[in-house]
Amino acid sequence: MADEVVLLDFWPSMFGMRVRIALAEKGIKYQYKEEDLRHKSELLLKMNPVHKQIPLLIHNGKPVCESLIIVQYIDEVWNHKSPLLPSDPYQRAHARFWADFVDRKVYGVGRKLWATKGEEQEAAKKEFLEIYKTLESELGEKPYFGGETFGFVDLSFVTFYSWFYVYENFGKFSMEAEFPQIVAWVKRCMQKESIANTLPDQKKIYEFVLKLKKIFGLE
Amino acid sequence: MAEEVVLFGTWGSPFSRRVELALKLKGVEYKYIEEDLTNKSPLLLKYNPIHKKIPVLVHNGKPIVESQVILEYIDETWQGYPLLPKDPYERAIARFWAKFIDDKCLPVIFKALWGDEKEHEKAVEEASELLMFIEEELKEKRFFGGESIGMVDIIANIIAFWQGIFEEASGVELLTKEKFPKLINWSHEFVSNSVVKECLPPRDKLIAHLRKRFGSHNASK
Repeated sequence: MADEVVLLDFWPSMFGMRVRIALAEKGIKYQYKEEDLRHKSELLLKMNPVHKQIPLLIHNGKPVCESLIIVQYIDEVWNHKSPLLPSDPYQRAHARFWADFVDRKVYGVGRKLWATKGEEQEAAKKEFLEIYKTLESELGEKPYFGGETFGFVDLSFVTFYSWFYVYENFGKFSMEAEFPQIVAWVKRCMQKESIANTLPDQKKIYEFVLKLKKIFGLE
Repeated sequence: MAEEVVLFGTWGSPFSRRVELALKLKGVEYKYIEEDLTNKSPLLLKYNPIHKKIPVLVHNGKPIVESQVILEYIDETWQGYPLLPKDPYERAIARFWAKFIDDKCLPVIFKALWGDEKEHEKAVEEASELLMFIEEELKEKRFFGGESIGMVDIIANIIAFWQGIFEEASGVELLTKEKFPKLINWSHEFVSNSVVKECLPPRDKLIAHLRKRFGSHNASK
């Protein structure tokens, strides 16, 4: 039976991008369905009743939710090429820890940076710089977070690159000046076709955020 | 080289007890170190510099932190009793519920038990809705893991044991038999298990400790 793979997603979502990259790395053919998050489809609500969120992967009719869980699922099912996680249990634990760190810390602080003003925004900027400093330090001199090759932590974090222009603009700082290792790492990652072809243009994301701020009265 | 497994934890923490349960189910011998969280040891800070929290598992000198990450590590390192299913889809489902419990349920449950008076009613309603998802996921199974205790059951240890104690200490009623018969049943099965019993803190000691730390919602009760 031919595999049927469907991805419910939203183009600016860094979480959705993770899944798109994983699917591209594995060479998996799939149907992409763009969701309007203000008018969620019946399919999304039925397949992810608990969170009602994207990304949602539907494999032969069965739904898998949460981007990092989807990525691990993809890695385990399509294990013939491009491993996304290391094979050694300790390395895997290390990768899961840092991917979890990205999930817990990076999204929230980025959002606060562009969605708030004044003192709240100043506090967000301070927190943002601290979190990225931790990541910069973890990356160190390595070519990738995973070591010599692109891996799970790289995948979990690289998708935020498309949002860097938004962060720089609202935070009034330069990512390259503050985090040279991270910027060098991102440029290295962008040489991979799966990533370059997946990440939306930074300016498009910026325009999207401007629109979002208008809609939610966050100007 | 002889294997060395050390667990840094605290007696009352469900997160710490999860790791103990996993190690015992796998039959892994380990050394336990009780941490005083008001005076964290230099070793703890060295092994978990980012979060500075327990539990920390140190295997042959290498630290692993975050209870869910530790559980997966234990499952992958020691054979025998499986904590996660073999099938990738079943594994994804298990990971989903484990994450749901920790990331979504627990913060809301805490808010319902010890949060602001003003937001109390809303938090209780939200907590009930979230617990209902878990109740429905149990279906007719004996455990979340099926016939035997699995990773989701271990992660749900908070709901099986600590929840009842939280409610007694705070004076808030959430997990009732009327609303959540499956979860109550499952809780009894879980805490009656002989291995689980070794990984539960003394009830009275915990109640006293929680009352002291968080106060009671109905202080006059």
